[in-house]
Amino acid sequence: MKQKQLVYIYLLFMAFALPSTAQAMHISEGVLPPQWAALWFIVAFPFVAWGLRDLRIKSQRDPAFKLMVGLVGSAVFVISCMPIPVPTAGTCSHPCGTGMAAILIGPTLTVVVSSIALLLQALFLSHGGLTTLGGNILSMGIVGAFTGWAVFRITRKLGLPVWSAAFLCGVVSDWATYATTSFELASALHGTSSFLKMFAAIGASFMPTQIPLGIFEGVITAGIYQFIMPRRPEVVECLGVEKPQPVIESNKAEAVV
Amino acid sequence: MKKVFIGFLVLAVAVGLTFLVVRVTPKWEGVDDTVVGKYAEEAGRPARRAYIDTDRGDLLLFFFLIAGVAGGFVGGYCFRELFPPQKKDQA
Repeated sequence: MKQKQLVYIYLLFMAFALPSTAQAMHISEGVLPPQWAALWFIVAFPFVAWGLRDLRIKSQRDPAFKLMVGLVGSAVFVISCMPIPVPTAGTCSHPCGTGMAAILIGPTLTVVVSSIALLLQALFLSHGGLTTLGGNILSMGIVGAFTGWAVFRITRKLGLPVWSAAFLCGVVSDWATYATTSFELASALHGTSSFLKMFAAIGASFMPTQIPLGIFEGVITAGIYQFIMPRRPEVVECLGVEKPQPVIESNKAEAVV
Repeated sequence: MKKVFIGFLVLAVAVGLTFLVVRVTPKWEGVDDTVVGKYAEEAGRPARRAYIDTDRGDLLLFFFLIAGVAGGFVGGYCFRELFPPQKKDQA
């Protein structure tokens, strides 16, 4: 119990432990008209509720699971605030960390930790906004997590090595997040002009920064996965993505003796 | 020898990237300004200031310091539980 409380405190304090108010994919306060802001809240709500239900069920099964969820939540918070200069574009942007989180704790729980991270960023770091929280949860938490998770599962089933599956998961989840942000902005702001034209224009504006940054996120995802997998294999096994290590026959015999 | 080579490579990449970032002259604005902000302003919906604006002087730095110390302590305290040592006999 004490350990759990410590992790929650850790998650809360890590919310402040960042050097600047970097902003990138987050849609800022006041940008979305009220009806669009409300729509994205309505779309995001069932996913958050689904994630909270999953968290309760999995925590009842294995209380230590909450520790990993807390740690991954901290990582998502830090990664999604980390400004990285992209020399090819002359701008700064940030990775999202939701692809990595989706591999480790599953997409539904990633929605929960992303929502908490985005809420704390909006409240304390002027990063994103309270009125645009639904839209930001949809792009980063829901689309980023589910896309990354799907890519990881499919590529593993196709027989790709773990590191390359994790790399592709990071890349695609990052690009999908920014594509969704473009969609949200275009649908809310296109006015009388063409939606498709504005969507393409916003997407194209993101590309010089996000193409290299997505590749960077893929490298981060593969690296973190390679670090965690040998130490906490049960975390990924419980998602059914990786099969448990078979017990070696000689070990079995030793156990019997 | 391999470790020295990797260390040298990492150092070279870090120096190269730092050189690029410092020498190239853009403002390094976030894409929210260059992309989101641009299209939002064109549509007549510029971003407004945050409802809780903590970006005042060195106040944020103070919070970062306190939170970094507390978070680092708790993270270190739980580290062994979160990342148990790798079992070498499983290989």
